[in-house]
Amino acid sequence: MNLERRLLIEQGGNGHRGPELPACDVPARPLAELLPGVRLRDELAFPEVSEPEVVRHFIELSVLNHHIDRGFYPLGSCTMKYNPKINDEIAGLPGFALAHPLAGDEASQGALRVIHELQRVLAEITGFAAVTTQPAAGAHGEMTGLLMIRAHHRSRGEGDRRRRVIVPDSAHGTNPASVHLLGWETVTIPSEEHATVNLDALGRALDDSAAAVMLTVPNTLGLFEPRILEVTRLAHQAGAQVYLDGANLNALVGQVRPGDLGFDLMHINVHKTFSTPHGGGGPGAGPVAVAKHLEPYLPTPLVRESDGRLALDHDRPHSIGRIHSFHGNFGILVRALTYILTLGPEGLARVSRTAILNANYLMRRLASTYELPHPEHCMHEFVLSGRGLRKYGVKTLDVAKRLLDFGVHAPTVYFPLIVEEALMIEPTETETLDRLDHFAEAMERIAAEARETPDRLRDAPFTTPSRRLDEGRAARDLKLSWTRETAVPAVEPVGRR
Amino acid sequence: MSFVGLSQDEERRMLERIGVRSFDELLGAVPKAARLAKPLAIPGPLSEIEIRRRFGGWAATNDAATCPSFLGGGCYDHYIPSAVNALAMRSEFATAYTPYQPEVAQGSLTAIFEFQSLIAELTGTDVANASLYDGATATIEAMLLARHQTGRVRVVVAGALHPNYVAVLRTYLDGRDLTVVADRGGQCAPEDLKSALTDDVACVVYQSPNFFGLIESGAAFHQLAHAAGALAIAVCDPIALALLDPPGHAQGAVAGADLVVGEGQPLGNPPGFGGPALGFFACRKSLVRRMPGRLAGETVDRDGRRGFVLTLQTREQHIRREKATSNICTNQGLLALRATIYMGLLGRLGLREVAELCVQKSHHAAVLAGAIPGYRRAHGGAFFREFVLECPVEAATVIRTGRERGLQPGVDLGQFKPEWKRWLLVAVTEQRSADEITRWADALRAAAGGGR
Repeated sequence: MNLERRLLIEQGGNGHRGPELPACDVPARPLAELLPGVRLRDELAFPEVSEPEVVRHFIELSVLNHHIDRGFYPLGSCTMKYNPKINDEIAGLPGFALAHPLAGDEASQGALRVIHELQRVLAEITGFAAVTTQPAAGAHGEMTGLLMIRAHHRSRGEGDRRRRVIVPDSAHGTNPASVHLLGWETVTIPSEEHATVNLDALGRALDDSAAAVMLTVPNTLGLFEPRILEVTRLAHQAGAQVYLDGANLNALVGQVRPGDLGFDLMHINVHKTFSTPHGGGGPGAGPVAVAKHLEPYLPTPLVRESDGRLALDHDRPHSIGRIHSFHGNFGILVRALTYILTLGPEGLARVSRTAILNANYLMRRLASTYELPHPEHCMHEFVLSGRGLRKYGVKTLDVAKRLLDFGVHAPTVYFPLIVEEALMIEPTETETLDRLDHFAEAMERIAAEARETPDRLRDAPFTTPSRRLDEGRAARDLKLSWTRETAVPAVEPVGRR
Repeated sequence: MSFVGLSQDEERRMLERIGVRSFDELLGAVPKAARLAKPLAIPGPLSEIEIRRRFGGWAATNDAATCPSFLGGGCYDHYIPSAVNALAMRSEFATAYTPYQPEVAQGSLTAIFEFQSLIAELTGTDVANASLYDGATATIEAMLLARHQTGRVRVVVAGALHPNYVAVLRTYLDGRDLTVVADRGGQCAPEDLKSALTDDVACVVYQSPNFFGLIESGAAFHQLAHAAGALAIAVCDPIALALLDPPGHAQGAVAGADLVVGEGQPLGNPPGFGGPALGFFACRKSLVRRMPGRLAGETVDRDGRRGFVLTLQTREQHIRREKATSNICTNQGLLALRATIYMGLLGRLGLREVAELCVQKSHHAAVLAGAIPGYRRAHGGAFFREFVLECPVEAATVIRTGRERGLQPGVDLGQFKPEWKRWLLVAVTEQRSADEITRWADALRAAAGGGR
């Protein structure tokens, strides 16, 4: 017999409590005297639960999650690779974890050293002149990059005119959303048959109102843009800047540098390429690397070194300004630098090489079972289509749900939008051949089930902590927080299949 | 070391299955001229032993490794119970991603739902989201929501909002459409605010406790903002909210703030040189469809059992693209989890005790400092956990003296404005003992030339 899973608010009782605080060791005075005229709150309706029960609650929750340390996680575009344990320990050193962002340069030399080193190695890895580590995530980096592009055009007296950003139809949704934040307009251009950039469409869109071209390379189908040098040359001829969405840097690192392909700037999702834990949806970090001509516009402050002393440089008159409360997601930056130095140059090249090998192997193994709309060699990921299963009444969503029963996470589904019933698969370099084969076998078995027992697929999953959840109901009967009144009965026996 | 498990024989078999003779054939689409000709010029590889030595050396040079902290200014040294670290570092939480497949992500989703519930209660609002990057970006997102909601453009900052938050506002607003109403004696005077409220104002943003630690009269700001057809945005500290009347609550006939946002770092997260931090974002129910970021909602599974999913995703960038409410596609999941565990552990009684200890200890420190010749509080209003000391010498001198004695005595406000160079912003949390506060006061005395 199991207990129904309960929320914290449905546990404990009056006066139950966790860790005790020390008694007040300074002369205590009445609050009314210390805070005259200040309204205090009457009640804080928080849980009252003992420490052992709080610990059990979160342990019980934790085991409901799939995660990379438990099994394969081929979520395309998310680069779910192994997160080395030493990274967390280094970030947790008291000198880093307790460092205060306003302590001053003299008190913070170690923290500034980490940022300075990371600025330097990321510039080398990407082939750019300078790096800001302030953006807290990839989308934040996009915003930062676009602000720098605007500053660049303004410096040339073209700020009012250049307000359109050209984005291929295969782009991540953050690209147009970031463009919109500036009050600029997105021009979506259709891809060619194999999702490469249509140079004619690009040429037509590149008029004197074009501020930038935003590209993802490899693109969201996992394909490298073969005419990339021509794309960047065309854009520059038209006076536009070329922004690389760095989501797929794991395919390039140590093989080719975006700065050498003619890009002007890019963001780096360190939580993808540089192995920092995804944390159930964050924190990440989104440093932005830029070519020399954009360096003056980088957010303030930057870390500079002179005579062996490091300092935060606030004196940057052309900077777009500040974009974060402090210095970005420092704890994530420590982890990324730890990872990069652990691997070194050969190790990083092996990352992309193995990621590409793993993706191509899996793609060829599955090409006979699922449709492969773009049969070229892929880079670090590939996209299958589940449309061949439609005749059995089975959708890609059903395949995704059934995969969960095999102890692997589902791929990214229904993205990119240009492939019907898309399954976007990114195995990463840290998976072994055994794991890839196990996944392929699961996918093959699911395809067989689609033919033989399609109802079973539509009912999946069966072995997961919850069965298929009613997302429509969540949106219709919106309930975003608990209430004591509607708490489920405290103990309810349930039989699980 | 690449964390790769692949033998040469396996690689050969894989290439064969792919149908190529060499790995290079797979890179056929990459222009040869652009391929890296030589290895990257970066250090490494380093073994774990070497990594520990190098990073350990760097970490040890930060004062934080050894010196008790009186630093605040939006980032605080609160106690983190051992159970927070033990639970949040579990792989199950740390190495999962955004809960796209809720059937295998109920751990993260339930925790987000609990986070939302606790933040809504703490701020006195109807709904909270799953978190944003940090306090400054949460303020930005609140401002953007207010502009969409009202169709107006101007943003009015009432008094002493954190200067870094103001700087981020300037970046996003492109320097235009921003009015900063200067404080008087550290606080915003309602009559000053009133004269700034033109008919193009989308929102009034105020911080309480404000950057100087002073508690603002929020209700007066709410009333003025609403009378002008603008939304009221309160930027708050979560520890203070355990004690103070939350801005989301109405006061008599005066409605509460429409949006309550802030920096959630003090809830179980270390200062970490300012990041990763944790923006919290809460508002009244009628604004929920304009909210940025992720939301977890309750539903049931096929067996009728309660479960949670990401909901209202039609607001978000991956579906709405340029029409999305925001470009944000993640939350600060792991930090929100830490905050949830922290709030769960301290609970109804503990969190208020933390807040009361902050009040007692910071006021004790202010009394000690006030007795030292040359030092006085720069402002008169009621404060929560931190206060500004006007020093007889430059704040940098006080800090130098403190560092020599193994203390971090406060934030030098001269880094924000030259005219503040004798101002020291001092925060005293429940972590500081009476003895440490005495040593701190001794350092102030010594810095002023008073010996001891």
